[in-house]
Amino acid sequence: MNTATTTPEQHGAEHHDHKPKGLMRWVLTTNHKDIGSLYLGFSFLMFLIGGAMAMVIRAELYQPGLQIVEPNFFNQMTTVHGLIMVFGAVMPAFTGLANWLIPMMIGAPDMALPRMNNWSFWILPMAFSILLASLFMEGGGPNFGWTFYAPLSTTYSPDSTALFVFAVHIMGISSILGAINVVVTIVNMRAPGMTYMKMPLFVWTWLITAFLLIAVMPVLAATVTMVLTDKYFGTSFFAAAGGGDPVLFQHIFWFFGHPEVYIMILPSFGIISAIIPTFSRKKLFGYSSMVYATASIALLSFLVWAHHMFTTGMPVAAELFFMYCTMLISVPTGVKVFNWVATMWRGSLTFEVPMLFAIAFIVLFTIGGFSGLMLAITPVDFQYHDTYFVVAHFHYVLVTGAIFSIMAAAYYWLPKWTGHMYHEGLGKLHFWASLISVNILFFPMHFLGLAGMPRRVPDYALQFADFNQLVSIGGFAFGLSQLIFLVVVIKCARGGKPAPAKPWEGAEGLEWEMPSPAPYHSHTTPPIVK
Amino acid sequence: MHKLISVAVLSAMSFLATASGGSPFNLTTGVTDISHRVYDLHMTILYICIAIGVVVFGVMFYAIIKHRKSKGATAAQFHESTKVEIIWTIIPFVILVTMAIPATSTLIEMEDNSQSDITIKITASQWKWHYQYFEHDFGFFSLLSTPSEQISNQAQKSENYLLEVDKPLVIPTGKKVRFLITADDVIHSWWVPAFAVKQDANPGFINEAWTRVNEPGIYRGQCAELCGKNHGFMPIVVKVLPQNEYDAWLKEQLAQVEVAKQAETKALASTLTYEESMTLGKQVYLARCAMCHQPNGQGIPGAFPPIKNSPMALNDKQAHIDIVLHGKAGTAMQAFSNQLTAKEIATVITYERNAWGNDTKDVIQVSEIINREVK
Repeated sequence: MNTATTTPEQHGAEHHDHKPKGLMRWVLTTNHKDIGSLYLGFSFLMFLIGGAMAMVIRAELYQPGLQIVEPNFFNQMTTVHGLIMVFGAVMPAFTGLANWLIPMMIGAPDMALPRMNNWSFWILPMAFSILLASLFMEGGGPNFGWTFYAPLSTTYSPDSTALFVFAVHIMGISSILGAINVVVTIVNMRAPGMTYMKMPLFVWTWLITAFLLIAVMPVLAATVTMVLTDKYFGTSFFAAAGGGDPVLFQHIFWFFGHPEVYIMILPSFGIISAIIPTFSRKKLFGYSSMVYATASIALLSFLVWAHHMFTTGMPVAAELFFMYCTMLISVPTGVKVFNWVATMWRGSLTFEVPMLFAIAFIVLFTIGGFSGLMLAITPVDFQYHDTYFVVAHFHYVLVTGAIFSIMAAAYYWLPKWTGHMYHEGLGKLHFWASLISVNILFFPMHFLGLAGMPRRVPDYALQFADFNQLVSIGGFAFGLSQLIFLVVVIKCARGGKPAPAKPWEGAEGLEWEMPSPAPYHSHTTPPIVK
Repeated sequence: MHKLISVAVLSAMSFLATASGGSPFNLTTGVTDISHRVYDLHMTILYICIAIGVVVFGVMFYAIIKHRKSKGATAAQFHESTKVEIIWTIIPFVILVTMAIPATSTLIEMEDNSQSDITIKITASQWKWHYQYFEHDFGFFSLLSTPSEQISNQAQKSENYLLEVDKPLVIPTGKKVRFLITADDVIHSWWVPAFAVKQDANPGFINEAWTRVNEPGIYRGQCAELCGKNHGFMPIVVKVLPQNEYDAWLKEQLAQVEVAKQAETKALASTLTYEESMTLGKQVYLARCAMCHQPNGQGIPGAFPPIKNSPMALNDKQAHIDIVLHGKAGTAMQAFSNQLTAKEIATVITYERNAWGNDTKDVIQVSEIINREVK
């Protein structure tokens, strides 16, 4: 998103930097801002590639019948779209934000483990090169869904499955390294006086996210390793014929997968908790209850994995347990929404682009939360499960949730990163185009799912034709709208109105006490936090 | 503002209410007691969510409109209240409990598989369903019957495009029908929305589900779990008949089983000609083999092997017969010995050995299939 950032001339603190020029600067960098920019740029590239795959999916589904791609390739598109968006777009974007912001927010000069930071980024392009290369192998790339249920991903998968497994391994290593760096930085490098309960919520939510990552990424690694040995080395973890169980796969996968969902939304909560008070010119309502709510969501996320598996034939007692635990998650999530609304209440509101994205986040993420609550009710889930209702649900949470918050963050901190104000008019155009198109894209999917359209199908019965056409039109419009964002960021990186140290009237936090653009090394002497 | 909200709520509710009867907007009410309860539960939760949404977003939009800086609003200073935090933790919790009570009782009833009248074993495989009537020891396969010309847009799509099968499952009204659901290869999921039944078919394990349908009719569903290339082409059709018609249907089916047995014996004695074999073989090939090996016999490289010019189809006749009869373990190639008649197997092998320039001139006879199978 922000690869063309600052040059050394713009900084005050370059006197002891002997960094190489050109490409090698980026390859060898150990600077948290450079690495943050690399992550964000990479994430946007992946967003475009994953988005292009979504366009293929929506083009095929524009009309009933098979027109553009054959079903096997369609399955590869849905699979790789999901993998790229989860592991290539959303997660690296948050890591990029963490790199840029955490040292500035806690009063540290850089991340605690800068060389590891470099490595954790640079293995990512390798992972995605392997994943994308597998699409060109004989027999095609992964076609078993991003959830890669066995035995479809083992006995019945294409020959390229090993490439998928190695790619996921590398992504997992990258995430674990990034998470370790975040934890070590936050625990050890806070400025004097920056106690835990004074940390900005973005730092808090990322600290909790990092622990979730360290807890569940090894589980994902174990899952893909078992897939690898089942397929190539004759083991039977997931094959009944050898004493294994295909449902075991789903238990292990979702034990990773559900905390993973919160990994992709907790940092969003931190971002929104920074933006809403700024543009309400009022302190965040209920700071400590926000921290406790985040921690409760993280803990509960380990107790709800089997709500993805209600139709696999679980005992009633297990179904009830997972239903109750899942319903409980809506309590701390509700607390967060209530706190944001209470922050806005009797504030002094203005509506710059970050605020617009933040408000849209609250409304649309909550709609995703409502459909999540509906999905938690086991007897009704039998009807919703594996339909477009689920597709609508998780896209509301991930696109209008996670991605909208990332957009909000980009607009909010761009002046700090580049030293220029972004073009407000273009930003507003981007917001309104995205808001309208994203709802045309995802809202009718609720109706499709309720009316009975299964997910992951390349063709459908005639009664679903009208809504699918509408959804596809929304999809193309949403895809095109994101190019406006690219223009805004490039324009802002190249020039524009100079940004003051604190471009937002109501903003609070150490990052706003630094000049804009932020110096190459943050806080070379620790700031004083009262 | 308040007026606006109430208008919006009322219109949303009436929209959903009018949309309830099998519309393209909402869940089906279905045709079983359970499906009605599921529908009611769905609507209850939906209304609760809408009500919460209206209150929360109402407050938020009130602030957005009234408390804006451009209207001269100055920010208040309050930012904490333990009392308020406790209140808005407890209220949602109470609402959740009221939701959980009907959900629990419905779920317990749905999962009570005891005291069934009829048992049907459903076996899924790529990409078809097999229904076995336990009490009567007969069963059949059920496959998509939409012609491929419709899928490839070369023919007008019929009314039940992708939701029609060659032979639907038939059950009687008013009886508790228990389904034992399993799979031969990957995970599938048997789903009929009108019954509110969706149950995964796991290879090597057996799941249970049940239904008791009140109204006769034809009900359609689809496979709900991604099961490979043709996951979208694996529909389910259930024909529900009044008891007397069901009995008549059952009698006819059992008689047909006898006829088929006799036909098999007769076919054993007859000699198939090349032309006859090629015509029937082509039909069987297109219906059962072409989804993987493709109509042109070239397969999909890396996924499904070609038959055209393959050493097996050109030379090793016995291996060819064996693989069609018994499948190949650990691959998508299924055993067709119990899916097709001996005559169909003989002719499809003849077709595969002579089509697309394979030209072996072999004509496989039914006796070769039967003898092979007995061995």
